[in-house]
This record gives sequence, C-alpha cells and structure tokens, in this order.
Amino acid sequence: MKARVHVSFKNGVLDPQGKAIGLTLANLGFAGVGDVRQGKLIELELAESDAGAARKSVEEMCEKLLANTVIENYAIELEDD
Amino acid sequence: MKACVVVFPGSNCDRDVQVALSNVIGGPVEMVWHGDSEMAATDLIVLPGGFSYGDYLRSGAMSARSPVMREIIARAERGVAVLGICNGFQVLTEAGLLPGALLPNAGLKFVCRDVRVRVENSQTPFTNSYEQGQVLSIPVAHHDGQYFAEPHTLDAMRTGDQIAFRYDDDNPNGSLDDIAGIFNQRKTVLGLMPHPERAADALHGGTDGRGLLQSLVAALA
Repeated sequence: MKARVHVSFKNGVLDPQGKAIGLTLANLGFAGVGDVRQGKLIELELAESDAGAARKSVEEMCEKLLANTVIENYAIELEDD
Repeated sequence: MKACVVVFPGSNCDRDVQVALSNVIGGPVEMVWHGDSEMAATDLIVLPGGFSYGDYLRSGAMSARSPVMREIIARAERGVAVLGICNGFQVLTEAGLLPGALLPNAGLKFVCRDVRVRVENSQTPFTNSYEQGQVLSIPVAHHDGQYFAEPHTLDAMRTGDQIAFRYDDDNPNGSLDDIAGIFNQRKTVLGLMPHPERAADALHGGTDGRGLLQSLVAALA
C-alpha cells in the first residue's frame, strides 16, 4: 500500500514562498489567482495492507515527525498497489 | 561547572561555543555525539548552531529525534540547564522543550549580520549578568528564524516572563512580537537565534554575548 502525505502551513502562518509564487504568477500575466500556499508531498511505501491500520500508523508518523502541528496541517491519502 | 556541547551531523558552531564557554568557565567543555544515548553528569547542555541534517524536512526536525535527545529531554525535565543557539533553538522547539516554532525568514533570505537585541528578563540563570532592558549587539546567521506561536501560547509566555530577548527595532526575520529568544516556564531552558559565542572575545569585534555565558557560570558553578 502507498501513502501520500500532504503537509501545508496552517491558516494564519505566513508562507512567504507561497506569496512569492503568487506574485510571480501575476507578473506572468495569470490573473485571478488568489492566495497561494506551498506545501510538501511525502510518499511512503508501506508493508501494511489493511487501510485502517495503515492510516493509523501514518497518522502517528505525521504527529511524531512528518508534520510540526504547531505550524502545519497534514492530509493522508492511501492507495492500493 | 560542567558543560557539554551536543554535536549533530551538520552542526557548525559546536567548536565556537565550546571555545567561548571553555574560556569563561576556565576548564574543558565536553563534546557529545548525537548518536550517543548516554551522557556524563553535567550542569549545562548546549545545542549549537548549524544546519543539522541539512535542515531536511524542517530545521531541527531530525535532530530533535536523535538518540541523545531522549536523554536531554529527561534531564531538562529534571531541571538541568539547556541552551539552544540558532539551530539549537530550532531543535528545542521541535523537541517540545520550548513552545512555538521557527519558520523561514519573512524576507526568504539568509540573514548574516549583527543585530540589536534587548534583554527582556534579566532574572534568570542565562541573563543575570545583564541589566533589564539592556541592548546588546550580537550576530545572527540564519534562514529559518521567524519565531511563531499561537496567540494563546504567546499570551502565556508574556504572562510567564518567558520572553528572553527581543530584536530592538532591528527584526531581521519577521518574528512574532520581535522575539529573538525564549525560556521555558521554569527558565531552565533558553533558545535564541543570535549567536552569543560569536560575540564573546574582543577579537570577534564585540563581547556582548559573553555575559550570557558568564551568567550561566554565576548561576551554575
């Protein structure tokens, strides 16, 4: 089973890289782009085949290492091989 | 007084702080490798500046989970003094020994220059040789120094006199409330972005950082 973890800054946390991307998009002529936030994508290969157990384990990984929950949110996507 | 400096892969201010501390203490300062899970008895543990683990994932994230950190967290809970400078500050927040987090600088640039920092609480083992409100000139050198905490955390820190240093009209990184350094509730753990060990000898061009090390000797020796 594969897991994809999306980590992004929480609302209210300044994301200067996202801001710079937004400004550059505007400079390139892309109109109508609002707030831009840049995050991280972490892909994991898991030996676990049970989705419930896999999710639980990845949640623990997020809480312990993959995200800093003071400043970041995380979202987990699971996919069968 | 016994002190040790923890060395992570990618630490680069470990020797600077060892030399500065050793000069103030007048004796040797031990180096401890991050992979060690045991550590001799010590009065002060220093987490030095640098780019441990290449700042992978988040600054300080990997180091905060190093084997030696379990022992450091246990000792900090027993009241042993812990000082985290720059990357060491990032490690302390990642390890949960200090509240909040350090984000990339608001200007997205690495900042390396002297800054003016104000002593906000001089009644601690780390700051007793300074005057309350004294303004110091100490270098910073960081990319991820923008201190952030949730509003309720910031309120609790203000009430608990946990703000150690603020940038004095000279904020290089956009940190919340101009915060340059903070204590834990008991004032036994300090994390700060400026590098006192780089302003500890006349040859450095300034000695304003030396007082921090002298405070520790006065409090712990």
